[in-house]
Amino acid sequence: MSTAVEITDLRKSFDGGNTFILKGINLQIPKDKVTVIIGFSGTGKSVLIKHILGLIEPTSGSVRIFDHEIKHMSEDEVIQLRCKMGMLFQHAALFDDMTVIENVMFPLKEHRPELGKSEIRRIAEEKLIQSGMEEIHFNKLPAELSGGMRKRVGLARALSLDPEILIYDEPTTGLDPILTEMVDDLILSTHRRIEGATSIVISHDLNAAFRIGENIVMLDKGTVLMQGTPQDFLNTDNKFIRRFVDKGIRRE
Amino acid sequence: MMKVWLEYRQRVNASIDEFFIGLYEKFVSVVYGFGQTLVFTHQCARYMFSKPSRFSNMIQHMHFIGNDSIIIIALTGCFTGLALSYQIYIGFNLVNATNLVGPTVALGIFKELAPVLTGLIVAARAGGAMAAQLGTMRVSEQIDALEVMGVNPKQYLVSPRILASFLTLPLLCGAFDFIAIHGSELLCVNVLGLDSAIFWDKIETWIEPKDIIEGLIKSAVFGITFSAICCKTGFYTSGGAKGVGEATNRGVVNSMVWIIILNFFVSNIIRMYFTIAEAL
Ligand SMILES: Nc1ncnc2c1ncn2[C@@H]1O[C@H](COP(=O)(O)OP(=O)(O)OP(=O)(O)O)[C@@H](O)[C@H]1O
Ligand SMILES: [Mg+2]
Repeated sequence: MSTAVEITDLRKSFDGGNTFILKGINLQIPKDKVTVIIGFSGTGKSVLIKHILGLIEPTSGSVRIFDHEIKHMSEDEVIQLRCKMGMLFQHAALFDDMTVIENVMFPLKEHRPELGKSEIRRIAEEKLIQSGMEEIHFNKLPAELSGGMRKRVGLARALSLDPEILIYDEPTTGLDPILTEMVDDLILSTHRRIEGATSIVISHDLNAAFRIGENIVMLDKGTVLMQGTPQDFLNTDNKFIRRFVDKGIRRE
Repeated sequence: MMKVWLEYRQRVNASIDEFFIGLYEKFVSVVYGFGQTLVFTHQCARYMFSKPSRFSNMIQHMHFIGNDSIIIIALTGCFTGLALSYQIYIGFNLVNATNLVGPTVALGIFKELAPVLTGLIVAARAGGAMAAQLGTMRVSEQIDALEVMGVNPKQYLVSPRILASFLTLPLLCGAFDFIAIHGSELLCVNVLGLDSAIFWDKIETWIEPKDIIEGLIKSAVFGITFSAICCKTGFYTSGGAKGVGEATNRGVVNSMVWIIILNFFVSNIIRMYFTIAEAL
């Protein structure tokens, strides 16, 4: 089993060292697998994946992607690396001066201009429909969409380039149960379709975590509490994790 | 008694210290911000012509900066021309030199008022919009999203804006020149009773193309100044909607101050250049 992302002793403070959000994270995210990161709200899950993408610089520690340290890469190398990554932001982060379809077409226009306009449009429409968007919304601006719809457009945009590393920050929060299941299935089918894909999903939803995750990481208060397969989590003796697991499963 | 006096001295000393430390810190932060803006501008200038081309974006920004500002530039130009020529007429009338009102007004407008006022107006209008737009994109993670997609946000967002401002401001300044001098003519000929032929003849005698060019160059420099400052404050916004408001405010105020300061230095540099060029 090879590792896609290796994080060693990652620490991050936003206020110059008074309080640490991440307090020494050690984590290996395997290639070819769906890794689900779970944890309570505000434990630093979003901050952690922003380190993986190189959007935030660590206060100390290292983040290595395919054996390359992001800190030491040149700007061009980072751009090269990011073309292989797709990210769904927690709040979608759609470009608000572009329509829905233009948002999804944008990465394709940037990196695959040789496809031609009509082909790019076709791919974008396909991705949008896969993510559960209806055609009547394609020409709306993000400001005219609901939160869940924005999220689905963000999902379509993240998948548009068929990236090798797929990162989803809470892809299903704010969606109804049917859409949630659909999006989970989409994550799984995309993962299987792209060869050598590594998926990282942040989630609150334990059921989904157990259903799609092959490797589950639990964060708490800026540290990794436990990492293992769904089976490991069901069989654990740790009282704290038991409580989280039992609550999560009983909810539905 | 002695003790009270000592305490009083200490308090005074402490507040003097505080004042100078504050001054020093302010100075350091200004120098630091200035350096940061220079580095930022340099980076964005490097990306200006790198692939992929952002030509259509640049045209859009030129449209926003230029086309949408032209009315207010025309209005300002017209009234500046009117007011200035009236004041100068009153002065020159005292020494019976009203023939020279035309060239004096023209000189003042071409070399100073047109570039500075154009710069200030566009900085307030377009610069504020740039800072607010980039700031919003920053706080709603759109700039992060660009980065994650492997698109260089400086090359995509900032370079076209700076280039567009650089190209558009001289055009606006030229429009300002044209309208202001015609406003001046309107007043001088129709209201103050000067002769139209003499007005233009004197301008032709006393004004050289390099006077107009000086103004246009200055306005181009102001274009880079305000767009770089506003884009930089917007680009590095933090702290939600409040942060966007602060960034916009800071961007516009700093651009205006720098335009007025740079005006003096750029005028001198250009004059020096012309003197050297003529001597050679
Ligand atoms: N840019 C920032 N500056 C300062 N503090 C930040 C910043 N970003 C995040 N934080 C802090 O880091 C902590 C973790 O935030 P994060 O967004 O990673 O939480 P999360 O685990 O993703 O929670 P949720 O499940 O609610 O999304 C929070 O306490 C937040 O206040
Ligand atoms: Mg989060």
